[in-house]
Amino acid sequence: MAAIYSLYIINKSGGLIFYKDYGSAGRMDTNDSLRVASLWHSMHAISQQLSPTVGCSGIELLEADTFDLHCFQSLTGTKFFVVCEPGTQHMEGLLKFIYELYTDYVLKNPFYEMEMPIRCELFDINLTQAVQKDRVALLGR
Amino acid sequence: MAPVGPRSGDAIFASGERVNAELFTLTYGAIVRQLLTDLEEVDEVNKQLDQMGYNIGIRLVDEFLAKSNVSRCVDFKETTDVIAKVGFKMFLGVSASVTNWDADGTCCSIMLDDNPLVDFVELPDTCQGLYYCNILSGVIRGALEMVSMKADVTWARDMLRGDDAFELQVKLIKQVPEEYPYKDDE
Repeated sequence: MAAIYSLYIINKSGGLIFYKDYGSAGRMDTNDSLRVASLWHSMHAISQQLSPTVGCSGIELLEADTFDLHCFQSLTGTKFFVVCEPGTQHMEGLLKFIYELYTDYVLKNPFYEMEMPIRCELFDINLTQAVQKDRVALLGR
Repeated sequence: MAPVGPRSGDAIFASGERVNAELFTLTYGAIVRQLLTDLEEVDEVNKQLDQMGYNIGIRLVDEFLAKSNVSRCVDFKETTDVIAKVGFKMFLGVSASVTNWDADGTCCSIMLDDNPLVDFVELPDTCQGLYYCNILSGVIRGALEMVSMKADVTWARDMLRGDDAFELQVKLIKQVPEEYPYKDDE
């Protein structure tokens, strides 16, 4: 059972800088993942404009029949989102934690260039651990 | 997970990994010394330190936001307050205060109670024009720019230059609107 299908990180201009698949469900090729990322970036922006209330920060959760999409946008404009099984809990906490991992293992890597695709092994390792821990927590309940 | 409130700078400073303060001070000193050797001109060193700070700031701001859990600030006043109270505490372990607001609320001073960068430093006569801590102003400038505030940050008073306090002057130049469409090509 895979609770989380995939994870995306998009930079402030809408470019996909990180994509990871978890499990077989919802697996996509590179073109599709890029498409999802830029679509989501635009939809997020449009939702901000369409919102009847002022100071709206965009869609946080999209619920569909077959998946949920949880999105977290940092104040600097980087978006993190996970696609997961409908009804998966605690995704906000996971996204915040992934943001912390991103600041520690991506931004502090002097060889990482801002806004560019993330290729940092330490980030991958810690991310895998975080997601696994999350799965264990889910199974334990 | 229940929403968590903002954490205090003290709490983050205490929970994070730290290095020995002397190692930090000496490392910074070595960097400045090397820059002086490489660039020769004191003005160039000031510029370079500011640029290095800027490069740090644009990355550091995300760590600050991720670990402090602060929410969006309503105005520039709140922003500078958060920098002084939480930011300085979190990364340098010192507290700072904000004073000297001008009438329209775009310019203020951040006073550092203590500055770990200068613990063993005396400026020689040959380096009188040096802003030894110029990296800090660059960090603040870079961090503010990433949350869409263009600001000018300069040292107004520096104890190494014979003043009686460490005072950073922060001047908001403009707030770049975050709304789409971004006008990248202007």
